[in-house]
Parts: sequence; structure tokens; C-alpha cells
Amino acid sequence: MKGSKPMNRRRLTLLTTPILAAALLAGCGGTTQGDDDAGGGPAGDASADPNAEYETGLSFAMLPKSVNNPYFDASSTGAEAAATALEGAFEYTGPSDASASSQVSYIDTLSQQATDVILLSANDPNALCSSLEQARAGGSVVVTFDSDVDSSCRDLFVSQVDSDEVGLALLEMAAEQIDATGEIAILSATANATNQNAWIEVMEAELESNPSYADMELVDVVYGDDEDEKSFSETQGLLQAHPDLKAIISPTTVGIAAAARYLSGSEFKGQVALTGLGTPNQMREFVNDGTVTEFALWDPTALGELAAYTGAAAASGIITGAEGEVFTAGDLGEYTVGADGVVTLGPPTRFNADNIDDFDF
Amino acid sequence: MSADLRRLARPLMTWDAAIIAVTLAFLVVASMTVEHFGTARNAGYIILDLAPILLLALTMTLIVTTGEIDLSVASTVGLTSAAMGVMWNGGMALETIMPVAVLLGAVLGAVNGLFVTGFGLPSLAVTIGTLALYRGLAYVLLGDTAVADWPRLFTGWTLGTIGDGPVPNVLIPMLVLALACGLVLHATPVGRSIYAAGANPIAASRAGIGVGRLKFWLYVASGAMAGLVGVLWTLRYSSARADNAAGLELTVIAVVLLGGVSIFGGKGALPGVLAAVVLLVSVQNALRLAHVSTEALTVVTGTLLIAAVLAPNALGALRTALRRRRTTATGRTA
Repeated sequence: MKGSKPMNRRRLTLLTTPILAAALLAGCGGTTQGDDDAGGGPAGDASADPNAEYETGLSFAMLPKSVNNPYFDASSTGAEAAATALEGAFEYTGPSDASASSQVSYIDTLSQQATDVILLSANDPNALCSSLEQARAGGSVVVTFDSDVDSSCRDLFVSQVDSDEVGLALLEMAAEQIDATGEIAILSATANATNQNAWIEVMEAELESNPSYADMELVDVVYGDDEDEKSFSETQGLLQAHPDLKAIISPTTVGIAAAARYLSGSEFKGQVALTGLGTPNQMREFVNDGTVTEFALWDPTALGELAAYTGAAAASGIITGAEGEVFTAGDLGEYTVGADGVVTLGPPTRFNADNIDDFDF
Repeated sequence: MSADLRRLARPLMTWDAAIIAVTLAFLVVASMTVEHFGTARNAGYIILDLAPILLLALTMTLIVTTGEIDLSVASTVGLTSAAMGVMWNGGMALETIMPVAVLLGAVLGAVNGLFVTGFGLPSLAVTIGTLALYRGLAYVLLGDTAVADWPRLFTGWTLGTIGDGPVPNVLIPMLVLALACGLVLHATPVGRSIYAAGANPIAASRAGIGVGRLKFWLYVASGAMAGLVGVLWTLRYSSARADNAAGLELTVIAVVLLGGVSIFGGKGALPGVLAAVVLLVSVQNALRLAHVSTEALTVVTGTLLIAAVLAPNALGALRTALRRRRTTATGRTA
């Protein structure tokens, strides 16, 4: 054992020499970014038959970002209803942690089981691609909902909303509650949140261009980072900085719940309007106690139902995912496939004292 | 007669042999009862899924056998993955990035080794610290973005099979490294030093073993292995992300313990650990194929791991009891 010192040094040299040599050799030339453009997945070359009937007996599997999440539980209720209506089999399965790698194992399992329709909310836009390609090569139809993957890796994407419609609906709700007059402020998620920034842009443009909003002024945009406590104190800060504030719009479920909690315990309750995107379960007590009049969100149950119908339509050959194709999604009505194989659910659902008890998510 | 039986049964009494037997039995039963389980395609999926766990478990086995632990391995995977993303975005060649990532892992391991052996700090505390630190640095490098435009030539290899047969490419590095670690642990003076250092560090030092230096290099090896796993992970999922492999350290330590390595050091063998990796991943795979819910899957995995910690102890107690009875029996006849 006495000789272990020189031996270790020798071992270090042995270990590192090939690594360094490889690094040096590779230093000149080699594969760099942009060298190879990743080839797309299998392209939909089949032709659609808009008059075809929905096939019965299809197998559906919904794979959410993670299970035990009330939002996705609601989506699965909708998808299961659609699957039942089409006399198909339905399975709700997925990892308990929201990581891309654990979703891969579930996709592999589903493709082995030759599931006809896979409904997926992706944890990563790219990491799932090779598994999805295998599933599609095996004959599965892949429909993403809520959160998309690269468009070459799936057949269709069912989007919850159109960002223009969200922005417009938020502004409209605020205007209705303050008679379209006075100062308003926005409590957003993080400063670089893609969705929220798109909606804020729409609202800003609309405030400038739409004459019915001429008396409304956006005085501040603050960021609660989708953290409850930060959103809570940012709300407090907004009310202190702008004593004439009439309304707060919070386009994030974390923000609106925190703001509602602050307002309901403050002297501003009922004085400052609060609207935005929230879930009925989070907001029920604040609607009941009068802090909040109306807020909105897309209905995840309808989202899941539409996703299942979209997948069934593709599996039955009614659509292929090309722009302009039309199909009927049960009670939800008629939908048209947009550019890039995107089907949009429609305007967000509004929740108020009249209908909030009809929803549970 | 009973003595012969006992001699025959003795190899079966080791945890190693037991876990290998359980694993084989499980594979046979699952192949017969679970649809799609016993196919070449599924075997390929299982191998792909277990590759990162197995590779990290190899060096973890060596470290735990010396009585130390390395909780930072998964964070090291995440940090090397994030660093790969930054280098790739910076225009470096992938052929350069891959060895640099392994070296980076080795350096991160050396930091652990330095704190544990150089400053004599408890490895549990040090590597909990670097677990958070390395993961944090990964987020500093990439934030919540992902680098995904990896060349198909390389990502295809990590998913591909040898000559388009059923055997995945990644099995080659896995077998080579498993063999290397097995030889080091079971057939070299270094391996004997590892056992000695774990069983009784003071005695080992007195016997002239450089316990500190040995542990330092094991941490370097563990870091380099994590760097390699970072490379494979990034290419397999075609995605460099700061949260890659988050939480994987617990699975790795779990299989090492399930494989019969004593958390107190000095005891354990690699074959048992390899069997434990196969067992854990196959059980999860079979349960998914059998449409068992995720909740039940987590419960089963947890139970398996508790059994892993309890069973060797129970087995040890049983063996001691048997030995005591035998000595008293021989004492009486003598």
C-alpha cells in the first residue's frame, strides 16, 4: 500500500491523457451548432376525409405534466367523457414529478401498448421528441394540450386560448367593473413570463387604440414572480403607491389569489376591483365575500374534452392536422385546425357568483 | 446432513445472492404475466432507463463502501448538462464539449473530495452543500431555458442499438465501466483498501493505507462519472436543462443500499448493486405496463427500499443466531 502515491499519479495521467488528447484533437473542426438541422418527424401525408365517422373503440391515454394536479384532473374528466361518448377506452397516467425524463418512460410504455390516441401536456418541448416519434411510427396519434412540444413531434396541439382573446377579455372584465374609468395596474408573474407578457402587450395596445377605454390608464405593472408572498406584498405596494387605483388585473392564478387575500382583509375591499385569471376553487371564497366580482380562465375540462375529440378525429381520418380542416367535437361544437396543426379552445370562461359553483378545479 | 445443507445454503444467505435471485425471479415472472414486458424492445427501454442510475451507482458503491457518501451526483449531472448547453451555444464543437464535460464533473468531484479529505468535514454535510450549490450554478448558467438543438448523429447514438439489433449502444460503456469498477473493488489492492478504509479507517491508516488520498480520488471518479452521465443524459433527451436528473441521487443511493452495501462502510459488493438497479427499474417498468397507478408505483418503490434496509439487518441477525447455535452445538459435542 506504500506505493499508492505514485500509482495514483500514474492513474491520473492514465485517466486524463486520453480525455485531453480527445479534446485537443477535437478542438480543430468537429460538430458545432448549426451543423445539422434536426430532421423533422414523420410528416402527415395521409389525406383527410371530413365526412368520415368517428371510429369507436379507440384507446385513449392522457399523460399530464404530473398526476395529482387538480388542473389536469379536470382535463382528464373532460377527456374521459369524450372517450366514453366515442365508446373508447380511457387511461389517465403519468409521473408524480413534473420532469421531462419521467414522461419519456410513460410515453415508451404507451407506445408499447399501442395506444391509439396519446393526449400529452409536455414538460419539455424537445426531450420527448424521439419517444413521440417512435409512438407515432407505431401508429399512435399524438395530440398535445396545454403545453406543446416542437410541432414536428406531434400531430396536433390543442391550445387553451388565443393570447389576443385573453388580453381582451381581461381588459373587458376590468372595464365593466369600473365603468371604464380610472387608474388600473397589472400584477403579473415573472418579468420574462412568455404568456403573461403577450397578454400584457395586447392589453396595452388595446388601451391605446380602443376609444371605449380612453378614460382608463395603466399606471403600473408589477411582478409577483408567481410566489404567493411576493404577490401579496406587491399588491400592498401597488395600493400604497397609487391611492387612486380603481382596478388590479392579475393574469396569473397565483397572483390573483394572493391579491384577493390581501384585498379581502384590507380597507380596499370592494373599493378596488380585482380581476384576472384564477381557478374557481381558489377564488370561491373571495367571490362569495364580495372581494372579487368576475374573473376568467379557460375551462380545463373542456380543454381535455376537445383534446380527446381532436385525437379521435385524427385517428379516424377526419383530420390530418393540416390548416383549414374542420371537425365537430361533440357538444363543444365545430373547430377548425389552424396553422401548424393548432386547434384553439376559444375565449376564456368567465366565473362569477352566478356560475362559480358549477366548476370544481 | 444438516451441516452439508447449511454449507450448501451459505452462499444463498448473502444479501448479494438473494437480491440477484429475487431480480431473476422477478424478470421471469414479469415476462410471463405482464403483457409487452418480455420483449426485446422493452428490454431496450429498461436498459436506457437504468443507464444513468447504474453508472452513478458504480462509483457511489465505491464511496459508500469507504463509509462516505456523495449526495451531489445528480446536481453534478445537472450542472454538466447546463454547462454543455452554454458551450454548445457558444459555438464549441461537441467532440470538445463531451470530454470537457467529463473533466468538469471530475473537478466538481475534486471539490467534494477536498472538503471531505482535506478539511476533514463530514461527507454528508459537504455533499448536501454541493447538491444545492451545483444545482444552483446550473440554474445560473441556463435559467429555466433548455438547449435542444443537439446533432442527430449523437442523440441518435444514445438511443440507437448495436447494428440495429436489440442491444442498445449505451450498454457498451455501461458494461465496460461496470467491469472496471468491479475489478477495482474486488480484485485489486485499491479495492481491498476501500473495504479496509470503510471497515476501520484508523486501522487502515495504521496499516499504511492513504485513506484520505483514496477517498479524494473516489470523489474525483464519482464526479467524472456524473459528468459522463450528464453527457449521456443531455444527448438522450436532446435537452440541456438545469433541472436534468433532479432528485436522482436518492434513487442511486437507494439502489446501492438495496444492493447490500452497508451505509456504514466496509461491506457490500458490486453484483448485488447491479442486480438492484435492474430490479428497481424493471419493477417500475412492469407496474407501468400493468396499468398500475403512479401512486401505487411510488408506494411499491418505497416499500422495496425500506425492505432493502431492513432485510440485510434481519438476515445478519438470523445468521448470527444460526452461528451461535452452531457454536453451542459444536461446544456440546466437543
